[in-house]
Amino acid sequence: MNNQPAPQRLLSWFNPLGRNPGSWAFILNRLTGLGLTMYLFLHLMVLGRLAQGPEAYEEFLALTKSPLIKLGELLVIGAVIYHGLNGLRVVLTSFGLGVRRQVQMFYLSVLLALVGTAIFAFRMFAG
Amino acid sequence: MPEQWTVTLRIYRQKTNEPSRYDTFTLEVNPDEYILDAIERVWAFHDRSLCFRHACHHSTCGACGMRVNGVEKLTCITTIRSVARPNAVLTIEPLRNFPIISDLVVDMGELYRKMEAVEARAVLPITEAEIEKPPHQWKTEDSQYVRLSDCLECGLCISACPVAATSQPYLGPAPLAAAQDHRLDRRPDLLTLIDSEHGVWRCHSAFECTAVCPSFVDPGRRIMDLRKQTISAKIRHFFGK
Repeated sequence: MNNQPAPQRLLSWFNPLGRNPGSWAFILNRLTGLGLTMYLFLHLMVLGRLAQGPEAYEEFLALTKSPLIKLGELLVIGAVIYHGLNGLRVVLTSFGLGVRRQVQMFYLSVLLALVGTAIFAFRMFAG
Repeated sequence: MPEQWTVTLRIYRQKTNEPSRYDTFTLEVNPDEYILDAIERVWAFHDRSLCFRHACHHSTCGACGMRVNGVEKLTCITTIRSVARPNAVLTIEPLRNFPIISDLVVDMGELYRKMEAVEARAVLPITEAEIEKPPHQWKTEDSQYVRLSDCLECGLCISACPVAATSQPYLGPAPLAAAQDHRLDRRPDLLTLIDSEHGVWRCHSAFECTAVCPSFVDPGRRIMDLRKQTISAKIRHFFGK
């Protein structure tokens, strides 16, 4: 009967119901990782427009001034800060450092990512 | 007169070659009873075909691990009050990541085989055990004393682990914690298994094992310590020591 481990059960990784902060960190790490990978591809595609000449690139740059794209950029900034800080948390705990404080380190990573994103948001929209 | 609550147990049912379903049973319970007591009452008075595992009823045998509202619990020590309110519905399901044999009973064979692979100890010398407030210096005669290992082999950690959900060969939290207990400097022969593709590096630090462990094994911390032991062993090996 189907209750065995299987690669197809990948989606269960993203179910936060009944789970603990360690799992929320795990889920958020994967979501931000996937998001940043997608962003990297988009970034390379945009840079590829340089090969189509200055007009094509300028046309895209005009598009980046839209609020929707700016919101997307903010998400990228938040994802970069969280993913980097959580990476440090994982490295530290993997060396046996702060294992009993891993939940607090997760909350700190989220807090710093929110503060960092807010600072960038202020500079982008009001600065 | 003890407090009385009405609760509904929504129990996962599945027999061989039959589709799964949930059966509901409404009971009058004392909220300070344990989940296992309520399940036993369902079996005794409502449905004798319900299969579930239980033995000691005091968190020593590790047989009664199940998921209660999606969270892994040892049902013999989980009071109804701790997971429900009056008129609540409690969903009882088998542990994840193990083949279901019948209803709430899963095949734990794979876990036991992995525990054997790391030669998990059922008892260990007290001088090697992690105990609260150990003496500054053990006396020579203390080594004759042994204590039971903390791990009940209940499988809750395997059920809660996200990596164990997608990778069958992964050793998993309980066997890795048992390997940490040996210490690789005393048992360098375990290094190949622990440092393998399905060993200590496969853990993705979700720490769910520690959150659900009913016996204070703290597998998450032990896995992290085992990584330290693994790095030390490899450095020693590199320098030919």
